[in-house]
Amino acid sequence: MLLGPLAMYYLIKTAAGEIARKPMLDTWIQWGVFTMVALPIAIGMVLFGYYALQGEYDHLPEEADDQLIH
Amino acid sequence: MHQPKGIWKVIGASSLGTLIEWYDFYIFGSLATVLAGQFFPKSNPTAALLSTLATFAAGFLVRPFGALVFGRLGDIIGRKHTFLLTLVIMGGATFAIGLVPSFESIGFAAPIIVLILRLAQGLALGGEYGGAATYVAEHAPDHKRGFYTSWIQTTATLGLFVSLGVILFTRHALDINQAKSIAKFNEWGWRIPFLVSILLVIVSVYIRLKMKESPLFQEIKDSGNVSVNPLKESFGHKTNLKMVLLALFGATMGQGVVWYTGQFYAQSFIENVCKIEFDQSRTIIIWAILFATPFFVVFGSWSDTIGRKWIMLGGMLLAIVTYQPLFKGLLSLSDVTRQIQLEDLKQIKKTTSLVPGTQDTLRSVTHQYFYAEGAVQTVTVKDTVYANTARVTLKPEIKTFTQLGSTDYWKMVGLVFIMILYVTMVYGPIAAFLVELFPTKIRYTSMSLPYHIGNGVFGGLTPFIATLLTTINTGDKLAGLQYPIIIAAICFIIGALYIQQGVHETSTQKKH
Repeated sequence: MLLGPLAMYYLIKTAAGEIARKPMLDTWIQWGVFTMVALPIAIGMVLFGYYALQGEYDHLPEEADDQLIH
Repeated sequence: MHQPKGIWKVIGASSLGTLIEWYDFYIFGSLATVLAGQFFPKSNPTAALLSTLATFAAGFLVRPFGALVFGRLGDIIGRKHTFLLTLVIMGGATFAIGLVPSFESIGFAAPIIVLILRLAQGLALGGEYGGAATYVAEHAPDHKRGFYTSWIQTTATLGLFVSLGVILFTRHALDINQAKSIAKFNEWGWRIPFLVSILLVIVSVYIRLKMKESPLFQEIKDSGNVSVNPLKESFGHKTNLKMVLLALFGATMGQGVVWYTGQFYAQSFIENVCKIEFDQSRTIIIWAILFATPFFVVFGSWSDTIGRKWIMLGGMLLAIVTYQPLFKGLLSLSDVTRQIQLEDLKQIKKTTSLVPGTQDTLRSVTHQYFYAEGAVQTVTVKDTVYANTARVTLKPEIKTFTQLGSTDYWKMVGLVFIMILYVTMVYGPIAAFLVELFPTKIRYTSMSLPYHIGNGVFGGLTPFIATLLTTINTGDKLAGLQYPIIIAAICFIIGALYIQQGVHETSTQKKH
């Protein structure tokens, strides 16, 4: 749960530094795409941590509607 | 050994198309420098900007988006028609790239068209893998699923192999004079790898058209149990969402970085850090891929017996522990200062030419150094001698490349082979692992997204973050490895703690 926000903080900090170093549209696009993509992944990581703490992964997965059975 | 009827036709149809899609996607990346010269001249800021978009958007944004779009389609209309569609889109886009006139001919229309076609490639790739892996898995018996799906797993690496081979062959085949052949390739010959792919696509489409739908999907379709909203069922409910997250953070994230580091980053490192000559840097990878490819099937097959989890995590752990020494080995092999120079064979060649429109002279001095172990190092220094003697070139352009002797060349192949062996460990069983996590009605959607985020995003970020790290830590040539090592380590810990070895066993036990 901590890795997600930590990663976002580090990403935004690095993005700000890179944009300040090279304030061109290219740099904005590059780091904008990275941040846009990383945000839902970071949220997913927080959610994963929450599920793990709740014990959701302590047992085998629930039976799906069907399995790959032949 | 009892084989399901027609399984090899299924594998063949799926694998051929997937291989072609990977080839189509890779030739663009492999020819990035040539394409930049044709469509995205650095001197033009707008064109250069479009190049940035093509590079970043195609891999990071569009692949996962394609996974969602085609995953959803595949779970609603079926696997066969969806991955036929992805093949047609990819093949069409690739062929079209080969036809686009250069920036010089049609101006800004050129980079815009290429950008759109590159995005189409990313979209199609996002939809291909999930369909092919699901299609094969749903035909395979559960005790052989790892073995049969591992054939699909060979296609990404083989696609890279074929793309490197076609490019190298075309580059050298256009003229008897090698320098002229390369010049012709850079001018127009680069189109050939794009254009020839359409022939393979046509064959593959024909084969796929003749295949039947996946039996499991047909079953749920006939019984009226097709998902109405696969996206909501995959990601809107905790039961399935938690498995998607586990697939990403416990498996595909680490698999993606190991995949990219062992192949793409290794090649880039050999060419740009070790300064190995262009052709050798490609053929080293080609040989290593050739020797390592059978192990996709070996580890996929073993995973049917001993389980998927520890083979995949074992590959990650080996990568974490040994990447530093392996890449140090690459550096050491390319270090000519540890070799005995043959002073008598040293060659110096000087050429001068007038800079057009001026009285200045472009001077090129090429030094060739020969070493006892067979290495040849070429150092070319270019500068401008100004007619105005008050002016001097402040920073001459220096290009260095080394051609390895035979022994060191094969040692380097050996080191890269080990890295690709790790790739086969993490990637061989993962198709079976992913399909087993999700039910049939949302399988295509659920497995495609974590796969393409793990590979397209985490793996695809490897070259950018590695470059960034080496910029920050300029004294450490291995600084770029911190990224894949840290990501693989996080994934290893999560996978070790939370992936149940029994997922595969559960489906087998349920059968009985």
